[in-house]
Amino acid sequence: MAGQMQPPGVNPMIPQTYRVNKFIRETHDTFSLDVVPKGGTEPMVFQPGQFNMLYAFGVGEVPISISGPKPGTQGMIHTIRDVGVVTRALHHLKKGQTLGLRGPFGSSWPIEESKGQDVVIMAGGIGLAPLRPALYALLEQRDQYGEIVLLYGVRNPEDLLFTKEFETWRGKYGVQVKLTVDTADREWRGNVGVVNTLIQRVTFDPLNTVAMICGPEVMMRFAVSELKRYGVPEQQLYVTLERNLKCAVGFCGHCQFGPAFICKDGAVFRYDKVKPFFGIREI
Amino acid sequence: MNAPVIIDRDGLNRLISVLVGMGFQVVGPTVRDEAIVYEPLDSIKDLPEGFTDEQDGGIYRLKKRTDKALFGYSVGPHSWKKFLHPPERRLWGAEADGSDFEIKPEKLESPKFAFLGVRACEMHAIAIQDKVFINGKYVDPVYQVRRENAFFIAVNCGQAGGTCFCVSMNTGPNIEEGFDLALTEILDEDHHHFVVEVGSQQGANCLAQLTHRQARSEEVEAAKNIVAQTAQQMGRTLNTTDIKELLYENLEHPRWDEIAERCLSCANCTMVCPTCFCSTVEDVTDITGMHAERWQKWDSCFTMDFTYLHGGEVRASTKSRYRQWLTHKLASWQDQFGSSGCVGCGRCITWCPPAIDFTEEVLQIRDSATQLSEPT
Repeated sequence: MAGQMQPPGVNPMIPQTYRVNKFIRETHDTFSLDVVPKGGTEPMVFQPGQFNMLYAFGVGEVPISISGPKPGTQGMIHTIRDVGVVTRALHHLKKGQTLGLRGPFGSSWPIEESKGQDVVIMAGGIGLAPLRPALYALLEQRDQYGEIVLLYGVRNPEDLLFTKEFETWRGKYGVQVKLTVDTADREWRGNVGVVNTLIQRVTFDPLNTVAMICGPEVMMRFAVSELKRYGVPEQQLYVTLERNLKCAVGFCGHCQFGPAFICKDGAVFRYDKVKPFFGIREI
Repeated sequence: MNAPVIIDRDGLNRLISVLVGMGFQVVGPTVRDEAIVYEPLDSIKDLPEGFTDEQDGGIYRLKKRTDKALFGYSVGPHSWKKFLHPPERRLWGAEADGSDFEIKPEKLESPKFAFLGVRACEMHAIAIQDKVFINGKYVDPVYQVRRENAFFIAVNCGQAGGTCFCVSMNTGPNIEEGFDLALTEILDEDHHHFVVEVGSQQGANCLAQLTHRQARSEEVEAAKNIVAQTAQQMGRTLNTTDIKELLYENLEHPRWDEIAERCLSCANCTMVCPTCFCSTVEDVTDITGMHAERWQKWDSCFTMDFTYLHGGEVRASTKSRYRQWLTHKLASWQDQFGSSGCVGCGRCITWCPPAIDFTEEVLQIRDSATQLSEPT
């Protein structure tokens, strides 16, 4: 888990300015911003699973997971769905334009802790974005892990993210990649149904598996119960939680989930730590 | 520290001028709009002399006393958090230049407040907010500088209010630590003076500039008796035994639905609470669109958009918001910050329009506790 202290004299509420290095169109409603610090070249340090607060001038700030750099690229990548006023404003940014950034914040995926184990990654929709740096980290030391499985579900085929990378993950690194959609179209030849149904199609050793899960809460609830049914211990299941965030540093109170502050204790949680509150409505 | 001393009313008045001379802005209780609030003071003439208050669920009334006591009342709607954690402040501004912009952090001011009349529960409330803003992984520099500069003149309570329960929360009424000077007001037919305990070197330095004398042992004893009597008068009690487990196990208790029928979701309880710290941010621009600002403002877990996510609010029902507030204060606060989030000041009971009584609601849940079935 990332636990770096705030440097003295730094106000964690003040953004730094970053420049859009590259704008990447991912799908019809989702895009990625590759950003670099304005006037700075220092390498950006973050852990897979962490997020930044991105600020669009005069509009506002939103928490966005860090989805890269890709191997061989420099900037920090943020994959964003255009769903609100701030994400709409970020969508309109072009290469070279400025945005504000605070971060990185939050906990991270158990990359080190998973060494020697099989790893099952389950993602729903844009939930793949915060998992991509985890996948890169695993693949960078591929021989340290057993089976690596990616189970990825989206609503419609057109919502699939990062499709160009699937073949590299399959072919070069031997990742078992399985996809599914809720609603197929004429071209779709793959699975239809919820992401859980993919578990039976892949090979892993449940007792020696770490699962990293990110998606809508309902999807994660089903994923957790299905993985438990296969025998993956609760202490080896990792989930992410999403709530309204204003400050990202535990001052504003908005993101509380029972005893946890999602901004500083999460967004990645070991399942057994949040289990008592996981199924409670309106918690 | 030094042995307790005695100062009289003139001494207290002189203390205010000494603090002003040291560069402090002295703030303390004063009467405004039929309530005792915390505002800047020039002299003891600004204190609520001869006033007391009547408090109960949803009730707050000022009354005249028959004497000239300066601190003969309980806590009002204000708490010191409005000075340490300002209700609204600009965090930064930004200036655009074409498609580029620059962020200009707000200059960090460092006002020096001297708080006169801080009660025991309030000293604890400030220590609790310290854990939120300065003792964790991140530090709020605005709170930090105000907190470090502050001078505390605590006052032992000579009477308990109708909604007070500091004894249950172990936060009073006796002032124990964190103060520069602590006063106990002694008022009888022949005397009106203050027994003063010194809690810091700065407190001792101030005292050295006032006319004072050593307190006699019977005077120190009299002050202790006053606080002991106050402890016997608590208007409310709260059984805190295993309260975290009680609430965590009863998140689906039917009592929450009953409370929701009365709760207006007005957020009064969170505004008057001395430990509630939640805030939101607002982004504004001027008419040219070239200048933007970000402001931080107090917020409340009772507002509708507090938990807004794409797709709606997580806590859409009043039930869930009241449950969040109460369980945060008494249960999850313990996990987050290692102490209760409640100091037993009773403000949330007094200032609740439909008079929902925090202590009564916990009692009802305790008396009819059903075990929450294991979530799947």
